[in-house]
Amino acid sequence: MSVLIQEGDFDLAAELTTLRSGNSKVGAMVSFVGLVRDFSHNETIESIYLEYYPGMTEKALNKIIAEATERWSLINVRVIHRIGQLFANDQIVLVATTALHRGEAFAGCEFIIDYLKTAAPFWKKEQTREGSQWLETRETDVKRMEHWHNDTVRKSA
Amino acid sequence: MKIELVYFGRPREHLKISRETADVPAEASTLAGLLAWLRLRGDIWAQELADSRVRCAINQEFAGLPAAINEHDEIAIFSPISGG
Repeated sequence: MSVLIQEGDFDLAAELTTLRSGNSKVGAMVSFVGLVRDFSHNETIESIYLEYYPGMTEKALNKIIAEATERWSLINVRVIHRIGQLFANDQIVLVATTALHRGEAFAGCEFIIDYLKTAAPFWKKEQTREGSQWLETRETDVKRMEHWHNDTVRKSA
Repeated sequence: MKIELVYFGRPREHLKISRETADVPAEASTLAGLLAWLRLRGDIWAQELADSRVRCAINQEFAGLPAAINEHDEIAIFSPISGG
């Protein structure tokens, strides 16, 4: 289980190789990679800028991972979130999980990214030709997170 | 009462401040009271730190407006989060 916040890019293949190494019980590995889009509200994004709260952000991410491993038998988890200035098509975030079976790997990965969106302190500013704007928590992200509070979902996978 | 204040996101940029040590009066002993006290600093503060526009953390845990503040706490004030 590990969390990394960095300015630099990450190598998906290398991260997955490391995540699964040394454990031949791993039967499933799921990864989610978030990317920078070049549009938002019909405006062209030139770049985005991300900042975080050193200390609190790592703590929040570790808490989300702990919650996920309590719900599902995950063998390993890797979360990498980039900060600083990013451009269209850049990778922003990686969430990868390994488990015995795919159900747990899928559910754990989805849960972690859904919670990260609404419970990990990151701030994102979009730069367009018109100027820049700080984004706020999206209602659709809050709904996705709340979906995990449902008892039948809690026990799924 | 001395506390550490840290700012992130929109208020950090617009108020041009990321960290300060503040000596706050007794009436600023909750997050709501602290924000009200900070808003007295001027128009831009009143605008940026409206209760509906900011979120807070005490000692690196999210906290609501009624939460109590104690000496030496690290209080973070920020715009709603948007990661991922």
